[in-house]
Amino acid sequence: MLIETEPHYRQPLLRSPFHERMRALSQVDSFIPWSGYSTVDVFSTVEQEYFAIRNGASLYDLTPMVKYCITGPDATRFLDRLVTRSVAKVRPGRVAYAVWCDDAGRLIDDGTIFRLGEQEYRLCTGERQLDWLLDSSIGFDVRIAEVTADIAALALQGPCSCWVLKALGLEGIETLAPFEHRTFRVPDRAGAAGTPVMASRTGFTGDLGYELWVDPADAERLWDALMEAGRVRTIRPIGSRALNIARIEAGFLLPNVDFVSSAHTLRNGTARSPLELGLGWCIDFGKGHFTGRRALLEEHARPPRRRLVGLDIEGTKPAHNALIYARRAGHREIGSVTSAAWSPTCKRNIALAMVNAPYFETGRRVWADIYLNRELTWERRMVRARVVERPFFAPARRRALPPADF
Amino acid sequence: MSGSRYDCIVIGAGHNGLTCAAYLARSGRRVLVLEAAEQAGGAAGTREFAPGFRASSCAHLLHLMPGWLLEELRLARHGLKMAAERMPTIALSGTTALRIPMDRDPAVQDLAATDAQAFREYTARMRRLAAALRPLLETVPPRLGSRAWRDRLTLLGLGAKLRLLGRADLRELLRIAGMCVHDLLDEHFESPLLKGALAFDAVLGTNLGPRSPGSVFTLLYRLAAGGGAAASLAQPVGGLGALTEALAQAAASAGAELRFSAPVARVIVTDDSAAGVVLESGERLEAGCVVSSADPRTTFLRLLGAEHLDAGFVRRVAHLRTMGMTAKLHLALERMPQFTALADAAPEGRLVLAPSLAAVERAFNDAKYGKFSAAPLLEVLVPTTVDPGLAPPGRHVLSAVVQYAPYRIAGGWEGQREQFLDTILQTLEAHAPGLRDSVRAAELLTPQDIETQFRISGGNWHHVELALDQFFMVRPLAGAAQYRAPVRGLFLCGAGCHPGGGVMGVAGRNAARQILAQAA
Repeated sequence: MLIETEPHYRQPLLRSPFHERMRALSQVDSFIPWSGYSTVDVFSTVEQEYFAIRNGASLYDLTPMVKYCITGPDATRFLDRLVTRSVAKVRPGRVAYAVWCDDAGRLIDDGTIFRLGEQEYRLCTGERQLDWLLDSSIGFDVRIAEVTADIAALALQGPCSCWVLKALGLEGIETLAPFEHRTFRVPDRAGAAGTPVMASRTGFTGDLGYELWVDPADAERLWDALMEAGRVRTIRPIGSRALNIARIEAGFLLPNVDFVSSAHTLRNGTARSPLELGLGWCIDFGKGHFTGRRALLEEHARPPRRRLVGLDIEGTKPAHNALIYARRAGHREIGSVTSAAWSPTCKRNIALAMVNAPYFETGRRVWADIYLNRELTWERRMVRARVVERPFFAPARRRALPPADF
Repeated sequence: MSGSRYDCIVIGAGHNGLTCAAYLARSGRRVLVLEAAEQAGGAAGTREFAPGFRASSCAHLLHLMPGWLLEELRLARHGLKMAAERMPTIALSGTTALRIPMDRDPAVQDLAATDAQAFREYTARMRRLAAALRPLLETVPPRLGSRAWRDRLTLLGLGAKLRLLGRADLRELLRIAGMCVHDLLDEHFESPLLKGALAFDAVLGTNLGPRSPGSVFTLLYRLAAGGGAAASLAQPVGGLGALTEALAQAAASAGAELRFSAPVARVIVTDDSAAGVVLESGERLEAGCVVSSADPRTTFLRLLGAEHLDAGFVRRVAHLRTMGMTAKLHLALERMPQFTALADAAPEGRLVLAPSLAAVERAFNDAKYGKFSAAPLLEVLVPTTVDPGLAPPGRHVLSAVVQYAPYRIAGGWEGQREQFLDTILQTLEAHAPGLRDSVRAAELLTPQDIETQFRISGGNWHHVELALDQFFMVRPLAGAAQYRAPVRGLFLCGAGCHPGGGVMGVAGRNAARQILAQAA
């Protein structure tokens, strides 16, 4: 549902059904575009919002996430040919993270696949993919429709998220396992049938958390009910900045930050393969053909040239865009940082970096070249860094079943 | 019942499938050829279109198949005889006939002195360019970015051959290669009839008009493939079907097994390799490799299936331009047609009805907007002039290639086929009065009929339209231009491959070379 108060050319960014609620709560009026929608960067302060994710409950507007409804007799075969992992193995009621590649085995995008029925799926991605989906559908009996504006979505993340949903009256929510989805009812005050909400135990924070999918007409009511139910757990709306720190801690990739879609790269050699991005675990070479399989098999047979790894960096200054060197002298450049943050929970200076062979081996010691802006006086720090396993933060509660009441 | 196992299964017994099978069998491969129809030939066959009357089904002249191929496969020994060779082209317009001979030093009578001189020079230059381009047609296209010596040597050799043209000819080649034939012919000639006939050769079997860019390329292609200046226009005894019969004989005598009425439903893929085929009857046949002479769209999207291919590749297959523009007419005649311009002489040769550049362009205009040409262009042959066996005694056959007949016609071909036939007969009647009365039976094959009857998607006899952007290293498309499909063990050998359509057979021979090289 679009709130159209002005002609579209005067209102270039779409507004999600939560927009009015978010605007009312925004203290710094910091909105940024995402997939054609206006979305919140920061509500108040990044730190407060971040700690809502890790210590309480946080609410993030997920509506701009591009959603496709994929149905038809060939829906499973179509998706299995599209993405690198096996979709046939995803049972109805389950969600799977998946990536898809072009013919050369270079990553186009990642997303989540919700299996809604035997022949019905929902694909959620960061960017629009209709062109590629339609190309991929040649020869398959499948219907693809974009349903982004038909579904309002919220991410409720944090240790208290399950408690909040129970308080809201979602009966049985504690039995929802990670990567499962189910439709619940939010009882209204009169005790009638209530509002249907699809909940999935998924998220972008690496924490205990849920994503909630509703009819846009019910969006504001759901928002109000959540804020009310979560008040005693200090539920807080968050913006993209806080979420970004959490996702780096969780080791998740962000398109256009940690990789550029091969549909958008112009220069030779800048597109990345899932193997380089450490996503080999979600390639199923045994499931039959998928786009890019032959190229990936060839790449798989060769020694890897580079890999996206985690770095633990000396000091407290985030290594934004830092170049990585083999030695302190800085002669041999061996990679660069794609995402960096000071992790408040781990108390470590962490980063994701694309590093060349053989330096990407875990435990390898490398150097990061960090530039610091000190009141417009730039300083350069060559600091020690160590290649470490991702994720940086993986609390047991993210997988606990049933989740504890925090 | 899959007891028999073959090295290679060839799908389709057209001239390319059979050529490929013959070469493979000669090298000791156990080859099985599967043909959907009841006899060999495909679009290069001979059909009885009316009781006692036979005509070449689609192509009706042999001029592109290289002499060395005929000799290597000993087709003469396998029964191939020519009823006529070095047939002249005769351009007709009303009462005027212009004989365009195919001699080394062509002297065109009936032309103004200036045009006659210009024609000699034009022909000599086009022949030199065509000769330099010919090796390009016969080679296996090299892979771009490949480090293999063979690919590099091929490129080097082609470059050297072009360099030998000398500066003047090379410049001319670069100048005209992307040009439209209308401008080229206007530069050289005055005679509308000559220009019309030469432009007709450039646009025959294409989706181009004389003013379309790239129409000089298609002309050069025709000349290069035809070995100079279409010197070898020939008509086999018994029609083109006699050629495919001889090819079938050659393949069979080398040990290939041929099965007819055996349409293939799909290619079996095991572990990302082609491992055989399943017939429409359900029978499974296994083989080490599968070679398809079907068009690339049919091969990839129907026989193999998109699920075995990458999405980008499938998209490019789906976007191949494959729509036919050319129809085929067969008439059973009571008597020899009398063409006014030939003054009652028997029509020995290839008659071209394309009176001027403007007429050719106007005929194309109709097709551009989804209609058949109101004044169609014709390549007419009366094969019974030199091969009386094609019709009952005293009767005759007229075979004509008709342009333009778009595959996608506004309103659909049903109901318009009769109108188009009437339009064509009017055109013929205007040149040969009395012809209409002598028609006993008529058969008109539109591109849609060609699609259904010969299983060519789009009904284009080149399978994939012949144009610069679908040629050589990108024919039929990048990723399958070396006769190899992305799936291991699956090969293409049809007209959709380099060097393309027309009854040439080189694609079949090149594919066989690739298969043999792979195994070695």
